[in-house]
Amino acid sequence: MSVITPRRAVPRAGSYLALVLATVVLGAPLLWMVLASVKTPDELYQLPLQWLPSRLTSDNYAQAAETVPLGRLLLNSVGLTVVGAGLKVVLGLCCAYALVFLDFPFKKVVFGLVIATLMIPPQITIIPNYTLVASLGWLNTYQGILVPGLASAFGTFLFRQHFLTLPASILEAAELDGAGHWRKLWRFVVPMSAPTLAAVALVSVVTEWNDYLWPFLVIDNPQRMTLPVGLTLLQNIDGMTSWGVLLAATVVVTLPILLVFLVLQRRLVAGLTAGAVTG
Amino acid sequence: MTTVDTPPAPTAPAPPAPAPPPSGRPVPRSRLGRRRRRAALGWFLLLAGPNVALLLVFVYRPLLESFYLSTLQWNLGSPVARPIGLGNYVEWFTAPSTPTVVTTTLVFTLSTVGGAMVLGLGLALLLDRKIAGRGFARTVAFAPYVLSGFAVGILWLFMFDPRYGLVQELLGLVGLPSPQWYTERPWPLVMVIVVYLWKNLGYVALIYLAGLQSVPQDLKDAAALDGASPGRTLWSIVLPLLTPTTFFLLVTMLLSSLQSFDIIKAMTSGGPLGSTTTLMYSIYQESFVNGRAGYASAVATVLFLVLLAVTAVQMRFLQRKVHYA
Repeated sequence: MSVITPRRAVPRAGSYLALVLATVVLGAPLLWMVLASVKTPDELYQLPLQWLPSRLTSDNYAQAAETVPLGRLLLNSVGLTVVGAGLKVVLGLCCAYALVFLDFPFKKVVFGLVIATLMIPPQITIIPNYTLVASLGWLNTYQGILVPGLASAFGTFLFRQHFLTLPASILEAAELDGAGHWRKLWRFVVPMSAPTLAAVALVSVVTEWNDYLWPFLVIDNPQRMTLPVGLTLLQNIDGMTSWGVLLAATVVVTLPILLVFLVLQRRLVAGLTAGAVTG
Repeated sequence: MTTVDTPPAPTAPAPPAPAPPPSGRPVPRSRLGRRRRRAALGWFLLLAGPNVALLLVFVYRPLLESFYLSTLQWNLGSPVARPIGLGNYVEWFTAPSTPTVVTTTLVFTLSTVGGAMVLGLGLALLLDRKIAGRGFARTVAFAPYVLSGFAVGILWLFMFDPRYGLVQELLGLVGLPSPQWYTERPWPLVMVIVVYLWKNLGYVALIYLAGLQSVPQDLKDAAALDGASPGRTLWSIVLPLLTPTTFFLLVTMLLSSLQSFDIIKAMTSGGPLGSTTTLMYSIYQESFVNGRAGYASAVATVLFLVLLAVTAVQMRFLQRKVHYA
């Protein structure tokens, strides 16, 4: 296969060129964003466009932090993502354990109930949930952002798929050793589920971090906002008159997830594409 | 949200759950059984209870309540609500803005889904070739999919800036004038479609790539031996084998495209003059901008039925198992 005859070399060069082109088109906007965030206004609003900044400036970041509480937003986003994703993983894990390892009359019904929620678009639940959260006095609170989206359907599904493949003999041995369900779950099942655990956790992290519509509706106090919602505030205040500032904040929103993606790419992609490749 | 939960794809039949181990000593069956069963019930409530309760309160309750709200003339936060039966639905079907919203939704959905499928397959075919740097290209292609839709919208708004954006610069290099992306129809709609494609292309490509890599090499070799051109092999061998993948992606992309919100909110807020207002966006606008929560619930129900129809088609086909290999 690796022998390149002249006849094959031409299409190979062609696909190489196409791949380079595709990579540039897909990657350039991200690079352009980072570059713009460290350019001065003079360089941003200059024709013809200046491709590279003559010197790096952090003015845009400073001004973004002056207009919206950027540090606080970052803290909110990190906190809500860690707590939200953590709880989601635990809820999914426990629920899937119960569905697989416990004997219970209406198990199938419960499983159906959990799985069917995957087909209910979140949009239809928004107005009643908003009314409920408002009547609980949860507008502008962290629990208001967190609790309504906490239940885990996708995670439960993936964990269940995985648990069904675990060797029954090990769990039977654990039971004979007198291990209760709690110990069996944490000492035996969890250590045997690392890849699924990582996939569910990473998908939850990405989803929580990027979640927009719900926190946008529930929060209007800047001190409680997440990063994407704070970006809306900045857009409303600064408009399109100061691209540098807006893009500096955009970098703060996107860079953490981008880093998570680059470091843990394999697991994250496995989780995000799990729906398709379980078959 | 942009990373949308989608119904699970076809799965291998699951092995039955392990049976409870036989108990060692003979104990009166009924008593042991009852105690065991009660203990199991306790554990079940403890472990599955919280998740199920959350789903009941924050998914099933609002689903049913939404149907009820759709029969009311009711403004968000108002203490008075008047039952009007199907009045909201009648209003939606006869409203002068509805045909525009439906057309916009159709154009947006068909071009994003169609575009993502075709370009995604093309990208997957490139990534499938054994050439240097394809790992890097894969990473770059998938990266936009994990980013915040709102942030992506802002970033591309800058790209499309009619005076200082990169897009007008590149168009200028090839001698084309830059259209008024922000203001002149249909360019705002084109703009959000392009951005949606950019964000989701990598996902489609990666799923297709997994499909391509599962096509048996000997089938392709056999076709080549028979003198089939690469194009012919793709069309007659590879694509038919990819039917399940294509179908899965079609449904997944349809569902997520119909629910997209963040990019439109960031770039156009549904405007100008409603030219980028999709069905999904109009639900937000009616409920949280105009405050017409009853009417918005009716529109949400319409969207729900559309999504349900898509899912139902998927279920039917899954049962039929579109398989060639």
